[in-house]
Amino acid sequence: MATFDLRTLGAKTSSGGLTTQRRREAMWAWLCVAPAVLGFALLSVGPIVASFLISFTDWPIVSTPHWVGLDNYRQMFTSDPLFWQSLKVSFIYSLGSVPLDMLFAFALAVLLNQKIRGLPIFRTIFYLPSIIPYIASSVLFMWFFNPDFGLLNAILGVFGLPKLQWIYSTTLVIPSLILMSMWGVGGMMIIFLAGLQGVPRHLYEAVEVDGGNAWHKLWHVTVPMLTPVILFNLVLSIIGALQTFTQAYVMTQGGPDNASLFYVLYLYRTAFQEGQMGYASALAWVLFVIIVVLSVLVFRSSGRWVYYEGGEK
Amino acid sequence: MATISGSGTASRRMGAAARRRLGQGIAYALCILGSIIMLIPLAWLVRSSVMTLGQIFIFPPQWIPDPLALSNYPDAFTTVPFLLYFKNTMTILMPAVVGTVVTSSLAAFAFARLRWRGRDLVFGFLMTTLMLPYVVTLIPTFLVWSHLGLVNTFVPLILPAWFGGGIFNIFLLRQFFRTIPRELDESAVIDGANPIQVLWYIIAPLSRPALITVAIFSALAVWNDFLGPLIYLNDSNKFTLALGLNSFVGLYSSQWQLLMAASTMVLAPAVVVFLIAQRYFVEGITLTGMKG
Repeated sequence: MATFDLRTLGAKTSSGGLTTQRRREAMWAWLCVAPAVLGFALLSVGPIVASFLISFTDWPIVSTPHWVGLDNYRQMFTSDPLFWQSLKVSFIYSLGSVPLDMLFAFALAVLLNQKIRGLPIFRTIFYLPSIIPYIASSVLFMWFFNPDFGLLNAILGVFGLPKLQWIYSTTLVIPSLILMSMWGVGGMMIIFLAGLQGVPRHLYEAVEVDGGNAWHKLWHVTVPMLTPVILFNLVLSIIGALQTFTQAYVMTQGGPDNASLFYVLYLYRTAFQEGQMGYASALAWVLFVIIVVLSVLVFRSSGRWVYYEGGEK
Repeated sequence: MATISGSGTASRRMGAAARRRLGQGIAYALCILGSIIMLIPLAWLVRSSVMTLGQIFIFPPQWIPDPLALSNYPDAFTTVPFLLYFKNTMTILMPAVVGTVVTSSLAAFAFARLRWRGRDLVFGFLMTTLMLPYVVTLIPTFLVWSHLGLVNTFVPLILPAWFGGGIFNIFLLRQFFRTIPRELDESAVIDGANPIQVLWYIIAPLSRPALITVAIFSALAVWNDFLGPLIYLNDSNKFTLALGLNSFVGLYSSQWQLLMAASTMVLAPAVVVFLIAQRYFVEGITLTGMKG
């Protein structure tokens, strides 16, 4: 009897011990994630809600806010040509830079996935521009694009072509900045490369057995297998492109004639040069909504073109 | 297809080998072409940084500096207090990197190793910040720091790093931690180690490539940050290198040789650190993989 009692007692304490162990583990877990969760609340959720509320106020930085309802939004949509201009600039830039950057990054990643000598050196060189501070590459490209003494016009001259005004031309400033963005696609390239290295070899071998060529491998294996990575890069590069700031601030100051007045540059001026915190918050929220809607649209469409390994999702 | 199946096996194999060699040749040529395209702007930068004012304004441009005007570097160095800017940048960078590595590995550990209710939910919430546009949090955050009287100090540029260090880093470390065999930390738990000790003595030493990757990522982020210092630092004594270079652009807008020398000085440390650590840097990402 005594031994039997002890056994049940032992079982009870061990099961009790298990739950306290579980509880202790959960306690440690919350302790570990506490900074990240606090950061999420204080640096993301809180400010999002706050900027939404501020967007309904007139808040000159030097004084106190007062509630104006929808006035900021009304003004933005009906009587602010710079809002529409900056929206247009950021959209056109994104429409150009997102597909071109992705294609270029993808092509570079496919190249780096070949079995050739000196691969680590090429990988380093292709990645290198993306770690260079925007401010430094902006200064560099200002000089690169210089109409009188810049390298690009010298290259055009070699082919007997006329000099172009590049970032000093209302029509060429956005294409110039898109060209510059293609130089820094290393980060996207590395993510593509990681995806490429996860494509199982036997799929390529199957194409070979069927007599397929490199094009078949690319189009029927690589691209479908990489669609999740393409989705990831697409969403992040749309978000990044719509928030372009530094290049425009340093290289063109929005000019010439507001042709490169990017949305975030306009927002920066409104908030930190004119001190209109309410209006700038409304600008921020409009961009936020645009980004959320675009992301949702991309994710919605992804069911039709993204292939997930291990079944339909 | 038809022609391939029509030819003999031997000649077909020969053809395949030749084609593979041709393919490699093309890939090689494209890699070299790509490298040239990527390196030309940097070569242009460096050659412009060692030219005299007279030589830099020759068109069509020359590639070989004659004479070699190395004095542009000390000139740029003395016209703008680069050492002070460097010191300011490092004053932000050091604590920010430590904060990022410590708090992101703590969170990653909880997500990769510990069992607790709400884990996936919390992780999902944090993942949404990956897609959060920074502009929407910019103004309220600025207003809070402003009310706390901390604008024009380094605090707004350092402290946020101590709150999780960014979901991308947490994600990267979580993926890496999951590749470490569980038996290792289970045996430590049996020996009475608490989770922090498991992280410190078992997981962290085995995760050096991933931790170094995160450290370099966050160091580069601080080094390259422009908008943050632009908004929070007004006093030129507090400027970081990125801000200092920007004010240099305003002051010497036609002295391109000095601007190029200054830009080279700002980007060189980033490039050197990257080249030293890229073994971890690139492999840390590719090996960890982006699979969920």
